[in-house]
Amino acid sequence: MSATSHTAANHPAQQTGQANLEVFSQTLLELGRRDPSITVVTSDSRGSAKLGPFAEALPSQVVEVGIAEQNLVGIAAGLASTGKKVFAVSPACFLTARALEQIKNDVCYSDNPVNVVGISAGVSYGALGSTHHSLHDLAALRAINNIDIVVPADNFETRSAIRAAADQQHPIYLRFGKRPMAPLYAEEGTFQVGKALCVRRGTDIAFIATGETVHPALAAAELLDPLGVSCRVLSMHTIKPLDRQALIDAASQCRALITVEEHSVYGGLGEACAAVLLQEGIACRFRITGIPDEYTITGSQQEIFGHYGLSAEGLAKTAKDLL
Amino acid sequence: MPAQTTPKNNWGLGTDNQLTLKSLHYRRQLLQYIKKAGAGHTGGSLSCVDLLNVLYNRVLRVSPETFTDPHRDRYVQSKGHSIEALYVVLADQGFFPLEDLETLGAYRSHFVGHPTRKVAGIEQNTGALGHGLPICVGMALGGKMDDASYRVFTLLGDGELAEGSNWEAAMSASHFGLDNLVAIIDRNRLQITGPTREVCDNEPLAEKFIAFGWAVRQQDGHDLPGLEARLQDIPFEAGKPSLLIADTIKGKGVSFMENVGRWHHGVPNPGEYAAALEELDGVLALLEANAQ
Repeated sequence: MSATSHTAANHPAQQTGQANLEVFSQTLLELGRRDPSITVVTSDSRGSAKLGPFAEALPSQVVEVGIAEQNLVGIAAGLASTGKKVFAVSPACFLTARALEQIKNDVCYSDNPVNVVGISAGVSYGALGSTHHSLHDLAALRAINNIDIVVPADNFETRSAIRAAADQQHPIYLRFGKRPMAPLYAEEGTFQVGKALCVRRGTDIAFIATGETVHPALAAAELLDPLGVSCRVLSMHTIKPLDRQALIDAASQCRALITVEEHSVYGGLGEACAAVLLQEGIACRFRITGIPDEYTITGSQQEIFGHYGLSAEGLAKTAKDLL
Repeated sequence: MPAQTTPKNNWGLGTDNQLTLKSLHYRRQLLQYIKKAGAGHTGGSLSCVDLLNVLYNRVLRVSPETFTDPHRDRYVQSKGHSIEALYVVLADQGFFPLEDLETLGAYRSHFVGHPTRKVAGIEQNTGALGHGLPICVGMALGGKMDDASYRVFTLLGDGELAEGSNWEAAMSASHFGLDNLVAIIDRNRLQITGPTREVCDNEPLAEKFIAFGWAVRQQDGHDLPGLEARLQDIPFEAGKPSLLIADTIKGKGVSFMENVGRWHHGVPNPGEYAAALEELDGVLALLEANAQ
């Protein structure tokens, strides 16, 4: 298979990890100490983004614009045009909706290499209500030319994605949640934007998951294993460009595919996968799981996952129904 | 409070013939290419072309040779729709041959109806209104962070000021003390629906920007020597971003287009085009007679 293979950790729930946000902040601080052109732009969001230590250590590399996301992205684009390596950081819900036109024009169309960082994404702010949910961002940004979309699952993927973003001269959207993420990989291998990572091998069901849904997909695989259902789990951390080959391999080597995302079922990972498969002439048993097109319930991220079948149990049930 | 100004129709004749000559030629050229393309923003291009003339010929430290120099001055045209004025001025500066504008609006041409970086001399892609000022705040801030000497200029329309992002950026510019930033408002007081004061009144404009922490000056936007004097004396006040409110006439230079709403994006028919050129050529002849 084309996806980079790793040995799965024993069971993710048995290990601890940090919030990807924390790892983002630590990684950025490491990079910022070495490279003074690394500049963080925030919209009164340094606390939410765990960027306090960065701001204390490297105050001259932080630009605070206040609660003004359009201005945040416009300023970030202007700074990037002068050679700064800019990380524009704000809650994903506001950043990718209110400032969508700035992302489209000032960053992508003008090709200013801004790293657009959506924090507390998906339903991380589950109990705060739909104003604070970002279930549209992957769909909106997928339709915009000239931006990569990366949704790291665990701390390793996050660290690697930040480093990759700092190295590339090209717009990128990075999306994180705020819940601690246990390690998915026993050994840290190679992370590459656009290349899916294989978290678990299997041949009956392939879970194609992204971001904070990789964990429940892996847990569902563990639940299904004693039942004789062999599950592959791919971390499709890059939504654009999508790793077509990993997907085609999964579809040809497994009996059914289930996509899993903390996003609307419209326009995100699932539909991106469906488009690849159909156009490759691959018809397989296939389900898109995510947040349905309805008035989203509120609660913790885990409660919302449970409600919409994105928990281990919910995903295991979908798998059994599909086989 | 800055003094009110009223734009005049005297072309500054006799004061700076070289600039005046350019302004007339730019007008002839932009009308020529709008007519050929069959589309364009005629009125706004005619209202801002004198500003661009002064900027590119007397103020901006940028040329085709220095365009990739990190120390160059930056110009971002936030009112991107007045691109035809910018195209003819950039051509005159040597960024590309004027004849390239024969492809304006054509299939696969880079000379589209709003600025794109595919065209030499364009800093940023604009066209959606309310984007130029935030980008320029970022550019100017980058200059401050690097202790660089370049200045950043942007041109806004007065109708454009209804976009809230301008005011976010206006606050930031003074907050960061960006005295390397100059915004120019092409105040022609007319937008596509009608007079700006009837669509969404932005007055008192100077007072608003002063309250936002800017140093504000007003100027007849067609008085070339006056503009030059203003723009060579920046920042207007140390430690503050500078705003020049340029009082202009939409359609300026072609009497039947002046202050007439339909010329926002009206394209002259052959008769109108001939009449426009006749009028501009008449001023050119006068200028040449004066020069002798």
